[in-house]
Amino acid sequence: MTVVEKILARAAGQASVKVGDVVEPKVDLAMSHENAALVINQFQEVFQGTGIEPKVWDPSRIAIIFDHRVPAESPKTATNHKKIRGFVAANGITKFHDVRGDVGGICHQILPEYGYVRPGFVVLGTDSHTTSHGALGAFSFGVGATEMASAWSLGIAVNIEVPATIKVVVKGAFPPMVGPKDLILHLIGKLTAQGANFKVLEFHGETIRNMSTSGRIAICNMSVEAGATSGIVPGDEETVRYLREEAGVTEAIPCVTPDADATYVQTVEIDVSALAPQIACPHMVDNVKSIEHVVGTKVQQIVIGSCTNGRLDDLADAAAILRGKKVAEGTRMLVFPASSKIFAKALDMGYIHDFMKAGAVVMNSGCGPCLGVHEGALGDNEVALSTTNRNFKGRMGNPTGEVYLCSPVVAAASAITGVITDPRKG
Amino acid sequence: MSKVIIKLENDISTDDIYPGRFMATVLPTETPQFAFFDRTEFNAQLKAKAFPAGSIIVGGENFGCGSSREQACSTLKGHEVAVVAKSISRIFLQNSINLGLQVVICPSIEASEGDELEITADQVLNKTTGKAFEQVKLPAARKGIMDAGGLIPYTRARLMARA
Repeated sequence: MTVVEKILARAAGQASVKVGDVVEPKVDLAMSHENAALVINQFQEVFQGTGIEPKVWDPSRIAIIFDHRVPAESPKTATNHKKIRGFVAANGITKFHDVRGDVGGICHQILPEYGYVRPGFVVLGTDSHTTSHGALGAFSFGVGATEMASAWSLGIAVNIEVPATIKVVVKGAFPPMVGPKDLILHLIGKLTAQGANFKVLEFHGETIRNMSTSGRIAICNMSVEAGATSGIVPGDEETVRYLREEAGVTEAIPCVTPDADATYVQTVEIDVSALAPQIACPHMVDNVKSIEHVVGTKVQQIVIGSCTNGRLDDLADAAAILRGKKVAEGTRMLVFPASSKIFAKALDMGYIHDFMKAGAVVMNSGCGPCLGVHEGALGDNEVALSTTNRNFKGRMGNPTGEVYLCSPVVAAASAITGVITDPRKG
Repeated sequence: MSKVIIKLENDISTDDIYPGRFMATVLPTETPQFAFFDRTEFNAQLKAKAFPAGSIIVGGENFGCGSSREQACSTLKGHEVAVVAKSISRIFLQNSINLGLQVVICPSIEASEGDELEITADQVLNKTTGKAFEQVKLPAARKGIMDAGGLIPYTRARLMARA
């Protein structure tokens, strides 16, 4: 069995499962953010007329993190926040991260950071980038609000079809200024935006083994951009190290690995040793080009951060390039650390100072312009270069804007020049 | 029989169907006004109720890719349209089934705006061109939810069975 087949078999209480089987796995963690306002409506609707008191199945297995619109950008959002706080209190939900400068942040950073996700877990989230948590060896996937309401009611994911798995084997050492973000952009370009629809991407190979959890989160995060149900890195020594050293987990951390005779629907092999920085061009994330094809494109907004690339190593890489330099006139640069803890560490390390001295605006942890709600919408026909994960038309709040996606080092090198710049030549 | 009210390209994203800046709006009674908001003319026609119930949106490959936002389904459900697409992204498909939005996967569909289509149990017939196109069956796993009329009644029944 593949990793996901093993996880689903365990969670469904079966000895084995195969692709296409319908299972109902127990949910280990159910994550929501501002969408919980809608989940609560649907949840209450489920109980209507049943005579059963609407209570969540297990408050300790629910996590709610405010990140998409923090602090609230409108009275409507503020009222949604208020409603969710009331629900959290009434149901005794403890894994709740409000708008705070100490324990706040983006959901896909908070879950790993606080050790809420473990290898072998079944994780549901009302966010498509819930695929991120495959970085810790969990089977994690995005669902809509009604599906989450069902999970809150029953504690299981109903009628899940066991997905086929694509094995991605990555070898080689990254050249300087090239990293995990370039790998995942390259893979999405290769597979296309629907190449992994209904399938899981299981990552293997020396490059993945040597990759930090931060890098693994970036690649699993964007697996959904190839349509994948989930991306997953089988738990290993690095997973255990991360959970012990960075998330403070003390209990045993058993990892799930695939069987030697596991069946894969497809195998993709990638050698990163000659990979150039990759750019996803407007308006599709699979419109991926090697950087030399777009060098010189003028940009008005640079964004570094988000659930894809707002972790400490991302900020460190960007700060190293910006240190002592200035963001180009006519270009604005926004930095979003992925969590309050990362923000605080970046302060201690001096990165925030580097950003500010260079002229970048450092924002509180949150999703900001990534989904076009607030903080950094584009003007008419403006161009953004961003380390976020989506570049659909209108993504940064303006349908006439254009979004290019890249790694933190490309974003930082380009901030200095005001045009898309190859960091290897900076 | 129903008319094709718009024919869309491949990779229609949930940002296109329901822009992120309206995500604080969650009530299914309020989301329909933002359907395809940035396609100004089409949005205005939808809001003006220019199309009868059952009208059809034809999409290409990977319809509904992107976000898990359920508003992308409730906004279309509110206009009582159906979607016929060559392929549909996983989360959008699940959300559609859960909410009872009619979606049909039809890999070889050929239809233009204004064509009259008939959706049968396993085919889509283009009455205007006289051609028939096979449907791909929706995941068998989801049949119980469809038969129950959506995920809320389905979950309610499961909950009652436990009590």
